[in-house]
Amino acid sequence: MPASVTRDVPVRPPRALTVIGVLGGAAILLPFVALVAGVDLTRLPRLLTSPAALDALGLSVRTSLAATAVCLVLGIPLALTLTRLEFPGRSVARSLVLLPLVVPPVVGGIALTEAFGRRGLVGEHLHVLGLEIAFTSTAVVMAQVFVSLPFLVVALEGSLQTRGEAHERTALSLGASPARTFRTVTLPLMAPGLLAGTVLTFARALGEFGATITFAGSMQGTTRTLPLQVYLERETDPEAAVALSLLLVVVALAVITLAYGRKRVTIS
Amino acid sequence: MRRALSALAAVSALATTGCTGGPAAQDSPAGDVTLTVFAAASLSDVFEEIGEDFEAEHPGVTVRFNVAGSSGLVQQITAGAPADVFASADEPTMARAVSAGAVSGEPRPFASNVLTLVTPPDNPAGITSLADAAAEGVDLVVCAPQVPCGSATATLAGDAGLALDPVSEESSVTDVLGKVTSGEADAGLVYVTDATRAGEAVHTVDPDRARSAVNTYPIATLADSERAGLAEAFVEHVLGTQGQEVLRHAGFGHP
Repeated sequence: MPASVTRDVPVRPPRALTVIGVLGGAAILLPFVALVAGVDLTRLPRLLTSPAALDALGLSVRTSLAATAVCLVLGIPLALTLTRLEFPGRSVARSLVLLPLVVPPVVGGIALTEAFGRRGLVGEHLHVLGLEIAFTSTAVVMAQVFVSLPFLVVALEGSLQTRGEAHERTALSLGASPARTFRTVTLPLMAPGLLAGTVLTFARALGEFGATITFAGSMQGTTRTLPLQVYLERETDPEAAVALSLLLVVVALAVITLAYGRKRVTIS
Repeated sequence: MRRALSALAAVSALATTGCTGGPAAQDSPAGDVTLTVFAAASLSDVFEEIGEDFEAEHPGVTVRFNVAGSSGLVQQITAGAPADVFASADEPTMARAVSAGAVSGEPRPFASNVLTLVTPPDNPAGITSLADAAAEGVDLVVCAPQVPCGSATATLAGDAGLALDPVSEESSVTDVLGKVTSGEADAGLVYVTDATRAGEAVHTVDPDRARSAVNTYPIATLADSERAGLAEAFVEHVLGTQGQEVLRHAGFGHP
């Protein structure tokens, strides 16, 4: 395309589409505006500093950080394997990795119970060894890893595919070992996807609800994360639920700003 | 900016009209009447059956149910969800609907429910009493104190002089049952009716003093109902011989 002709013409979508786009934005933002409007500011400090709320926040942050770390350890090699290794059934494998993104989290929770529950496929053997996962914070982290790992893998795959293999091939042909090539070439290539992916992974882990309540249970300080606390407060104290929801939104907003605010990062 | 604002206004207008046309919108053909009943989650199966009987007695009437946790239902009703009848799992929750002015007339008790102890069918922890279930090392699952079955649990434990040490406090009685039927928990406290419904999937241990914590279920017609006569007829049906028989069969007690 002759760049000189098109360079100075700003690209604009048709006006009608912009109007619909604004409606789309409102569909996302309006509920949050209503949430903020529904907060009782005089009660807010007390609601947010109740022992139950602080326990839930602390647990949520700790488990989400742990889940993000596990996702990085597992997700980087997984994304590399899926993009850089030729093997039969690779495209099927790449689709399967996305399953937790599309199944309802409660289904994920049931699947985790079938696998790691006391009578599960793997859990049965762990139980014999005296390892119990259900009703522990470990179960919370496992549920979070299950639902958020695909976010990291998708982001990393995106980076790896857009940048191509040329740089790595050059490094290898110049005699660098695969390990050195990974460290000095592949990893930096992944950087943009890694940042965005890590942020999304953390945010998804923080918001995890369905798989956690199904697989891990709900106990203050051990398994009752912030989303579970919101769900429970809703029963008796809707105002407390609104206040805690606001807290989750603020944390999520902070996380997104941290990653996307510095510079625009595309994830695919 | 002005355009953005008017778009926002349009969206909120849509949202408002969407709300009034909500779950009880009349989409039935002319001549037919739809009665909307909001019922506590533990009533789901038994009210389906009562609804079918009521429809058989009242040709042209369709009974629709919105089944959820009682507290959530009160929120929906006070937020203006169109409903004709409300049946709650306990009296404090119904009292909230009454004080919000959503109820017409007096709520009437129509059933009661008590807690029972359930274990997986093979009872892996060998539980024979509530004290066994409260022992250390036993994975006991109960309802959180915030929900009706959880306040009944607290009453039961208090009467038995036991400090329960649960591994999980669930948001609904069905979640407690799920943890027991899947074998994750050694024991759980659920309603007798849940244990009846679960059948072979659980082993029931009737704890001492279980009868001390009784939840009474009240039913009431709602102030905003446009079919007050029919709503009243449904309440009468639930309180009548046929309705009560269905409730007894499902394990509910006398009010």
